[in-house]
Order: sequence, then structure tokens, then C-alpha cells
Amino acid sequence: MATGEQAAAPHTDLADDGVRRRDFINVAAVSFAGVGAVATLVPLINQMNPSADVLALASIDVDVSAIKEGQAIKTIYRKQPLFIRHLTAKEIAAADAVPLSELRDPQTLAERTKEGHKQWLITMGVCTHLGCVPLGAGEGETRGEFGGYFCPCHGSSYDTAARIRKGPAPKNLEVPEYAFKSDTVVTVGGGKA
Amino acid sequence: MSFPWANHYEPKHPLMKWVDDRLPLPRLVYNAVGAGYPVPRNLNYFWNFGVLAGLALVIQIVTGIVLAMHYAANAGVAFNSVEHIMRDVNQGWLLRYAHANGASMFFIVVYLHIFRGLYYGSYKAPREMVWLLGLVIFLLMMATAFMGYVLPWGQMSFWGAKVITGLFSAIPLVGPTIQEWLLGGFAPDNAALNRFFSLHYLLPFVIAAVIILHIWALHIPGSSNPTGVEVKGPQDTVPFHPYYTAKDGFGAGVFLVIFALLLFFAPNFLGHPDNYIPANPLSTPAHIVPEWYFWPFYAILRAFTVDIFGIPAKLLGVIAMFGSIILLFFLPWLDNSPVRSGNYRPRFRQFFWILCIDVLILGYCGGSPAEEPYVMISQLAAAYYFAHFLIILPLLAKLETTLPLPNSITEAVLDGQSGSTLSTNTQSAPSAPSH
Repeated sequence: MATGEQAAAPHTDLADDGVRRRDFINVAAVSFAGVGAVATLVPLINQMNPSADVLALASIDVDVSAIKEGQAIKTIYRKQPLFIRHLTAKEIAAADAVPLSELRDPQTLAERTKEGHKQWLITMGVCTHLGCVPLGAGEGETRGEFGGYFCPCHGSSYDTAARIRKGPAPKNLEVPEYAFKSDTVVTVGGGKA
Repeated sequence: MSFPWANHYEPKHPLMKWVDDRLPLPRLVYNAVGAGYPVPRNLNYFWNFGVLAGLALVIQIVTGIVLAMHYAANAGVAFNSVEHIMRDVNQGWLLRYAHANGASMFFIVVYLHIFRGLYYGSYKAPREMVWLLGLVIFLLMMATAFMGYVLPWGQMSFWGAKVITGLFSAIPLVGPTIQEWLLGGFAPDNAALNRFFSLHYLLPFVIAAVIILHIWALHIPGSSNPTGVEVKGPQDTVPFHPYYTAKDGFGAGVFLVIFALLLFFAPNFLGHPDNYIPANPLSTPAHIVPEWYFWPFYAILRAFTVDIFGIPAKLLGVIAMFGSIILLFFLPWLDNSPVRSGNYRPRFRQFFWILCIDVLILGYCGGSPAEEPYVMISQLAAAYYFAHFLIILPLLAKLETTLPLPNSITEAVLDGQSGSTLSTNTQSAPSAPSH
């Protein structure tokens, strides 16, 4: 159609710079349809992101008053194990005694706990190597040679601040976002929804 | 699409003529896998594996569709629905074992098909596209097999899904976000299981479509052959049907005998007992390994234990693992020796067999626990794997003295092995084809 019209009246629809009105309409129409087609992809891709009910579980409240010194509990946060550990004074001293230069992922115990709650070590129970659940939170489980956690899959050992000390894992056990609601209740998560 | 001397489709029955004028589908079949497709007369049994891979795909699709009639893709009931198939559904045990072991048979024939191509130089011009499409099929197969293994929702399913999607978390900056997007959550759960089932059902049909392209691309130059010398005339070929339909039929019989032995006498031999334990997000099996067909790649993944140039070992492992397959896409240009077949490349042949042993060693290490000496052996074997493609093949193409090629397929066949023993040919046989 375009070529037919052009043949019939070759010069009438040409602007000064040689661009025909129809060229502009073609480019505009195809661009508009293209943007629309790409926009259609957004819901198709975004539907795979965590849904509202999954995100609703993204924050939990834990009462830690029953955890005695030296004890730890395993609970579930975002469908993954979460370790909450009540450190003894000895364990805190052991963690503080380690020079940062010796660490693969240098962090102090104070950086990994909340001010005024240094005895509460709250970390994900997910080995940073390939995602196994380390031992050490349950009663009678081995805590490895650094007294923290020990991953049975590939032998990563964590210390009493859950910092990586030995084995293939690259990072310390992840400290999730959390806050003390009161002295005995911790809210884990909630920041990112 | 074919040689000029190919047989022509001539429908005799009036009905077939009527169909041919309106939808020439029988003609397409005749020209693709019938008497209308001329094939080199000297193909050996290694040329069976393409058809056998197709047969394995058909078995997987048929058993898979009927299994989906009884399976429920919900994290709460998936494990029990698989046990329901095993115990309650009529012949359900047979169908599930056939599907699980059929996947292994599929990979066995595909690996043989790939190594056939590596030995005989089937990836070389003008068949690069056949090779590239084959690699696409291989990648799709791996994705399909991985997602299928997650569906029973046992311990290996769950932790396999966690470790494999965890690979994506190694990507800098966006890694964790991508992992969450893939899983639809923070760990494998119902959302992940449902989408894996959806894709596991879809991908085999995508594979079937790419296979059509693979065969289409193959039929443009025609099949290669053990000498690597191109077809020169009608005396070099025979029609696909009945010659290779018969030969492939025999191969299919052998395939089915082996499949039946595995299925009826050792259905769990290639599986993991841990997958008969329901998925438990709070307890990791002591020894997580993927299915056997992923072992060589798993060994490469775990071969990196220290950071290099500030790049974390975990990311290096992921790059190396994907790289080991991406590398194969460049193979037609890495090996530019003009001689195709390993039969006429004495040095290449030795390195080919070393590569085979190397991949077997990688496979063995990948199935073993991540401890010494397996880690160090994996590192050496992984380094050799890359060296084979990136250093040895390009050097061989430059340095190797190849054996004289026969003048034609017919000459090679009638002469027994190669044209070099015929005194009349030693002068005229080029050491490399001129094209």
C-alpha cells in the first residue's frame, strides 16, 4: 500500500529531510506494540517471585526466655532453619579473643549481635557453602573443633560467633535482620517484604 | 535437502495421491526417514544412537504423561502420591521405574551419541549447526532431568533443588534475588515444586521440536560416516529404508534388552535410598550427590576450593561447570583439522581416549564424597578437560600428520579399512580433503 501510494505521488508525502510521514507512523506503531509486548512479560516473569503468603511468613516472633545459657534452639524462618543460641560467658570470651586477621570473613561478635544482647547469637542454620544444615544447635550434636557449628556435608567448622573457621564455606553463617521487641522476644525479619 | 539420485516419492494409491496433493506429510516422512533419504553405506553401529535417543525420548514422554495422571505436584502430598503410584496404581511401579530408569538410558545413549560425534569429527563443517542444536538438546535434557528428580519430593529431591538453585546465588549482586525468583520463596517449597512440574512437562516437547531442527540441519549435508569422506556419488549411499531402519531396529532391540534388565532386576541401582525419605528442610542428608549423569559436571563444580584473584571459589566452580558445556559450542572452531574422522588421526585418537578416561574419572569423583583424594583428582581431571579442548585440539590441528584418506566411501568399504593399502591410491589419496 505504501509503495503503491508512493508510486502514484512520489513527492507529496516527503518532508524536507526525506522522511515520509508513513515511515514515522510505521516506526511509532511498531515501537508502541513492542513496548506493549515487553510490558506483557512483566507479570509472566514476576509471577515466579515469592507470593504474598510466602512473604507473610517472612517475619516471626520468638520468645527466647526459655533458652538457658549454653543452649540453642532450632526454629524455622522463611522455611529455613534458624539457630538461636544463648552464649556462655566463656563462649563470648572465646569469640572475642580471636584476632580478625585470622578470619576468612572478618567480623567481630559485637557486629554479629545486638547491642546489649551480646549473649544472643541469632543466625541462619544454612551453611554458606552449599546450603546444608550445620550441626550444633540440637542437644548432643557435635559443635566442631571451634565450639560453634559443624557442617557434616563438607566439613565446614564455625566458631562460637558462627564465623567460618575451617572448611570450604566462604562466609560466616548469615545473621538475619532482627530486633529485640523486649528483653525476651525477638522479631526476626520484617524489613524486606 | 537430498542427493540428486535419491528415490522419489510416487504415491500409487489414489487416496495417497489425494493426500499428497493436499498435505504431503507422507512425502516428508519418505524423504526424511524413508527410502528417499540416501545415507552413506558404511555407517557402523555408533550411528544407531541418534535413533535410540529418539526412542528414549518417546518412552519418557509416554510414561511421563501417564504418571502425571496419578502424581500430585503439591509439597504436602507429592511424596505420598509417588508411593501411591508405586503401591496402588495398576502397574504404577512399572511405569515409574520405567520413567526413572528411562532417564538414565536416555543419558547413556546421548553420551554415546556425543562421543561418537567427538571421535568422528561430526561437528565439523558443514555440520556445525547439527552439533550446536545437539548441545541445546543436551542442555534442555539436563534441565528436564533435574526438575524431574525434584518431583518425588524426597530428601535428595529437596536438597538437590536447594544445592542446584544455590548455584545461582553465587552470581555477584543479583544472585540471591535470582535464586528467590527461581524458587518462588527462600527455600524449595510448594511454589518451586509446582513450577518444576509445569516445566518438566513442557520441556520434553521443546526437546522434540529442537530434535526436528537437529534432523533438518543434518539432512542438508546428509549424514557423516566413519571415514569422514563426503559422499561422492550414488555408489556411496544406500536408502535409509530399509537398510538403516533395519540396522536401527536391531539396535533398538539391544537397547530394550538392556533397559529391561535394568528395569526388572535393578530398578533402584542408579537411584539413591535417601530419596525414599520425605523431604525435610531441617535435616540434610550426609552425602548429597546428583544423579550419575551429572557427576562429571558436579566434580568440576566442586574442584574449586580456594579463591583465585579475589573471585570466590563457589563462583569459580559455577563458572567452570557451565563453561565445560559452553566450551563445546566452540568446538567446531577449536578443532580446525581438515580431517574429520579419528580413524585417520592417530594422535587425535590417543587424546580422544584419554579424554574419555578423564571424563570417567571426573564422573567417579563427582559421585564420591568431597574429600581427599577425590578433590585433588577432580582438580587435575577438570584442568585436563579444559586443556583438551582449548590447547590440545588446536595444536593437534596444526601439528598432526594425518593418515591418507580413501578417495571415496566405496573405495574404503571395498578395500576393507582404508585406501592407503591400495597401491594405486597411495599417490592420489590426499592426506587432507581439499574442500
